[in-house]
Amino acid sequence: MASNFISRGFTGKRRQPEAAERVPPGQYITPDFPVLSAGPTPRTPLDHWSFTIEGLVGEAVKWSWEQFLQLPVRTFVVDIHCVTKWSKLDTQWEGVSIDTLFEHIDLDPKAMYVTAFCDGGYTTNVPLVDVINGQAFVAYQYDGKPLAAEHGGPARLVVPHLYFWKSAKWVRGLRLTEKDKPGFWESLGYNNHGDPWKEERYW
Amino acid sequence: MKRLLEWQIATVTSIHQETPRAKTFTLQLPNWMEHKAGQHYDVRLTAPDGYQAQRSYSIASEPERSGEIDLTVERIQDGEVSTYMHDVLIVGDQIEVRGPIGGYFVWEAAMTDPVLLIAGGSGVVPLMAMIRHRAAAGSKTPARLLYSSRTPQDVIYSAELDRLQGSQNGLGIFLTYTRRQPTGWSGFARRIDVPMLREVAGPLGNSTQAYVCGPTRMVEAVADGLLQIGLPPNQIRTERFGPTGGI
Repeated sequence: MASNFISRGFTGKRRQPEAAERVPPGQYITPDFPVLSAGPTPRTPLDHWSFTIEGLVGEAVKWSWEQFLQLPVRTFVVDIHCVTKWSKLDTQWEGVSIDTLFEHIDLDPKAMYVTAFCDGGYTTNVPLVDVINGQAFVAYQYDGKPLAAEHGGPARLVVPHLYFWKSAKWVRGLRLTEKDKPGFWESLGYNNHGDPWKEERYW
Repeated sequence: MKRLLEWQIATVTSIHQETPRAKTFTLQLPNWMEHKAGQHYDVRLTAPDGYQAQRSYSIASEPERSGEIDLTVERIQDGEVSTYMHDVLIVGDQIEVRGPIGGYFVWEAAMTDPVLLIAGGSGVVPLMAMIRHRAAAGSKTPARLLYSSRTPQDVIYSAELDRLQGSQNGLGIFLTYTRRQPTGWSGFARRIDVPMLREVAGPLGNSTQAYVCGPTRMVEAVADGLLQIGLPPNQIRTERFGPTGGI
């Protein structure tokens, strides 16, 4: 059986044993910050940028870049896990908690799912319960500097407890829905939920 | 198509040294499944105490070859899985794999738009699967490969590319050497830039589907360059390779 299989002559590198319990199964720690995306990097000028929350809300709300920067900002230090196997510990971001954004809307009780939509057409879906209560934020700074375009700048969603494709780069808004709708990678062979601790990588 | 991918134990039936840093491993799969050119497999290694390491490697072979796949793996100096595969694995060994995986960076012969394949270093691997699939399927779709390597000895699949270049089947191959060129070389000798993209991509026309695979900086520059020469973003597919791509 595959579960008892041992690779002849393999011992492994186990670089940081003290961090082992923070690394989900099948992941390894990288000091780099790899870049992954399906197409070219979009570059939206900040004066054309906005962030919208729409769908099952009383009234859609939209912030310009200037307005978004006025929202209460927080520092988040989180571990991130990419489905391509790398994990990065203690990444530091500045941004706005989804809870803070939701204080500005009337959430329809029927809302169960969130679709993040982005410049470049990327989408990803997350259950509402996975983005509230301090679990997710919209980041615009990484490591004390404006978030670089190739890492999703000017702003990206960060949902650190799910595989990193859920942390949509170039995010422009959230759409609340009653029914779940698979996003880009979720329609192309990747798991609908994406919990790294359960190794929910693929269909 | 909805099904769970299961781990399976493959047998290494051949190992071929492509370049000083790249080897191709032919794996026989008990549960082989037809892949799409551009997809990858996960490889999982398990130590006697249960410690495991996983990485993803692109399939180099065409889907027409049933029962087995080729994975071409670049040896990463500080690596864990690639070093095991290069330094320990021998023909007859078994290795755990799961796949095929990935549904976007894929090309199928049924797609009839002209194809532009752009590779940096070992980023050529998934593109080679597309080239081999195109040949095996007898596709006449115009296709061009622009392949950037540091030196001539870094060119993976060199002999096969030479053969394909001369085979008159509508595939154009363009190499560029960024550090050292062969003696008497009259082709490109620089990193891929906008004039080079214009020269190679131009004749393929506006409906070209582009596939770009290589190290992050190269992929970013090429994708930006393709936008500059007028290719729409939804016709540019990217995939990253190299040490920071998690090999």
